[in-house]
Amino acid sequence: MSKAKVATTSLCGCFGCHMSVLDIDERILDLVQLVEFDRSPINDIKHIEGTVDVGLVEGGCANEENVAVLREFREHCKVLISLGDCAINGGVPALRNMVPLKECFEEAYLQGPTVHNPEGRIPDDPEIPRLLDKVYPCHEVVKVDYHLPGCPPSADTIWAALNALLTGAPLELPYQLVKYD
Amino acid sequence: MCVSNEAAVREVCERFDHDRTRLLDVVREVDERLRCVDDRSMDAIARELKVPRADVEGVVSFYSFLSTKDKGEITIRVCNDVVDRMKGGDEVAAAFEQALGVPFGGGVGRGSAGAGKGGVDGGDIEGGVSLEYTSCIGMCDQAPAALVNDVVVTRLTPSAARTIVRKLKDRSGSEDLRTLLADSFGDGNNSHDLVRSMVENSIRRAGEVVLAPYESDAGLTNAFSSSPQEVIRVIKASRLRGRGGAGFPAGVKWEHTRAAAGDQKYIICNADEGEPGTFKDRVILTERAHLMFDGMTIAGYAIGATQGIVYLRAEYAYLRHFLDDVLAARRRDGRLGSGLADGFSFDIQIRMGAGAYVCGEETALIESLEGKRGQPRFKPPFPAVKGYLGKPTCVNNVETFCCVARIFEKGSAWFSSIGSAGSSGTKVLSISGDCHRPGIYEVPFGVSLRDVLALCGATDVAAVQVGGPSGRMVPPADFDRTLCYDDLATGGALIVFNQGRDLIDIASQYLGFFIHESCGYCTPCRVGNTLLKERIDRIRDGHGHPSDLDYLKELSSTITTASRCGLGWTSPNPVTSLITGFPELLEQRIPLDPSNNGTGFDLETSLRKAGQDSGLPSYEMEV
Ligand SMILES: Cc1cc2nc3c(=O)[nH]c(=O)nc-3n(C[C@H](O)[C@H](O)[C@H](O)COP(=O)(O)O)c2cc1C
Ligand code: SF4
Ligand code: SF4
Repeated sequence: MSKAKVATTSLCGCFGCHMSVLDIDERILDLVQLVEFDRSPINDIKHIEGTVDVGLVEGGCANEENVAVLREFREHCKVLISLGDCAINGGVPALRNMVPLKECFEEAYLQGPTVHNPEGRIPDDPEIPRLLDKVYPCHEVVKVDYHLPGCPPSADTIWAALNALLTGAPLELPYQLVKYD
Repeated sequence: MCVSNEAAVREVCERFDHDRTRLLDVVREVDERLRCVDDRSMDAIARELKVPRADVEGVVSFYSFLSTKDKGEITIRVCNDVVDRMKGGDEVAAAFEQALGVPFGGGVGRGSAGAGKGGVDGGDIEGGVSLEYTSCIGMCDQAPAALVNDVVVTRLTPSAARTIVRKLKDRSGSEDLRTLLADSFGDGNNSHDLVRSMVENSIRRAGEVVLAPYESDAGLTNAFSSSPQEVIRVIKASRLRGRGGAGFPAGVKWEHTRAAAGDQKYIICNADEGEPGTFKDRVILTERAHLMFDGMTIAGYAIGATQGIVYLRAEYAYLRHFLDDVLAARRRDGRLGSGLADGFSFDIQIRMGAGAYVCGEETALIESLEGKRGQPRFKPPFPAVKGYLGKPTCVNNVETFCCVARIFEKGSAWFSSIGSAGSSGTKVLSISGDCHRPGIYEVPFGVSLRDVLALCGATDVAAVQVGGPSGRMVPPADFDRTLCYDDLATGGALIVFNQGRDLIDIASQYLGFFIHESCGYCTPCRVGNTLLKERIDRIRDGHGHPSDLDYLKELSSTITTASRCGLGWTSPNPVTSLITGFPELLEQRIPLDPSNNGTGFDLETSLRKAGQDSGLPSYEMEV
């Protein structure tokens, strides 16, 4: 049997969810028996070619590039998973949804206590992806098949979910894995 | 204004005997006098009434007519109900905003900023002015309408709005707003010295029961000549059912309240009339106040109550002095007070709401009367057993009490011979929207919707909202159905929409109403309606997905099943009746080749909005 293909990406996230993937420790050796990594920050492949079986997405969509990447994942992944609270709810970045965009820019680039910006310019180069009007959770931009909650989801949760998905075994997430207090 | 004034607060608390169950009256009055209830006033009220400060803030923040921030001397509340907006309410709102130079909800202005740019020249508005939106104020037949403090202004146009601003600027000192703002007063008691309102009754059809001429005192006298048990028997024989919407048999409710143990019992008249499109109680209160008080008195006699309370919605505050005066006259004439019928004493007081639709729900109403946030209670216990101040309480609608008095004048056989088998008597309808003769129609139960539409001159009808947003949107195929409790039930509202209206947008606006009015206790109601609206808006804007319909159905059924009170149970009705009655409308609006996997996300829209919000040039560039 050929190995299943997995792709991962971090949109507007902190890479904490990816760290958690790596936290499966030596089980990563088992994992590579099962899967082959396509586009992922782990191997720095930039684009998905062809079809992959499972896409893991960390972070929500804050800018136009996030949307483009997420759409690429949706197009190429048979199963798409929102990994972690940022992908599922927007998370910490979505706190900006309560603040007018203009004020966000001004706080970040002009008025923040640690800002040094003598020219008082807000970065606005066409090369920089433009921010969306607000931060969207992934399922508000494309159809998402599964949600794995947690900030980040624990390595055990990720392992259990991937293992079940790839082996076809029923998914069992014990209470300890999905309880957050 | 809004200089917290401890002396004023103390005086108000004094007048209500430092009674903590009168907290709502206290904050209402402080708000009226100081034009807000700020932190220091809330502290003072909490101290005076010996209630936790959080209770005071809880009440002030619950009711939309109360404010912790200064509102200025004048508050203009523009009605943003569906019908008002159909009749040009948005243009009127814009004209107010421009003429005053204050945005909606944007604090206090003086009207001077507007001068020169569409504003009205001239001086300041003495004491400042604020601008707000408000839910249906019960003037749909003369929309668009607004409240200037307590004063109702109707049939507004942008130029009428500017004239109002002009008059407010020119107003000298304490000139009476009622005479200042009205060119002429309305018909009937609207011109009464204590009302002086431009509101019109628009009674287009008086039926046999409520709006027909009646013999004063006949009902009261006849009822007093029977025993209370006999009175209840007569009401049961008449098969009178509640006119407020739910249609519970009045006789059964009275019997339970009479049977319940309690040294003190209460009769409450529900005059909250908050269901958008309903304004029949307003007209009954204006023209049939004695009849209604007769009915309340008979009910008090039947169940053994000595006290009656009318809970009057804040929007109808302009009727308050008139109703108080009617009560005073009744006391003078011996229709209220002690010794009415062997040993029976009864009195009635008027109490005011403060702008909350949910307070029409009987247990929320009782909470509100007890000086709390208007949050519905769990039932049981029902009010008949444990109601106002924990005592057995009977709540009935304004119109129900009028029927009671007429039943004792003319007999239960007379009453039950009118109407249909399961629904005896008449129903007072308030009809508005796209028809030639909006207004009040009293019709016998069992009349077909088609006949009613012919009466009010509605042609080219695409849909009728029967019973307001909590009722149903009825398609033309169902126009032969009849108005009665067993078919199309209604608390009185009938709103007509012609072929030019966007029914999906109307459903969305009604959801907006429920979102605004939800008390917030139950998650399915508080959050669910917001989710419903999001999805309906997406369909409205052409970004829908075929799977949205299943989502909407499932979510609607969750909200209906898992909510605590009637508001939540009925709030998905705009959506469900659209899905069942107008499926082709939704299907047409959902694109054949839905992009975005049914999420409705549109990158261009998002970026355009971000460009507007940030003002950064990079958003202008083509990519
Ligand atoms: C959200 C909500 C709002 C209501 N508003 C009113 C109202 O404005 N007037 C009214 O009479 N009944 C209203 N009702 C119904 C009352 O709870 C109650 O059933 C009614 O006042 C009983 O009187 P009746 O039997 O004479 O109709 C409302 C119910 C709900 C759930
Ligand atoms: S969910 Fe938590 S760990 Fe994952 S990207 Fe968001 S903040 Fe980081
Ligand atoms: S259903 Fe809505 S209005 Fe009724 S109690 Fe629950 S949250 Fe409040």
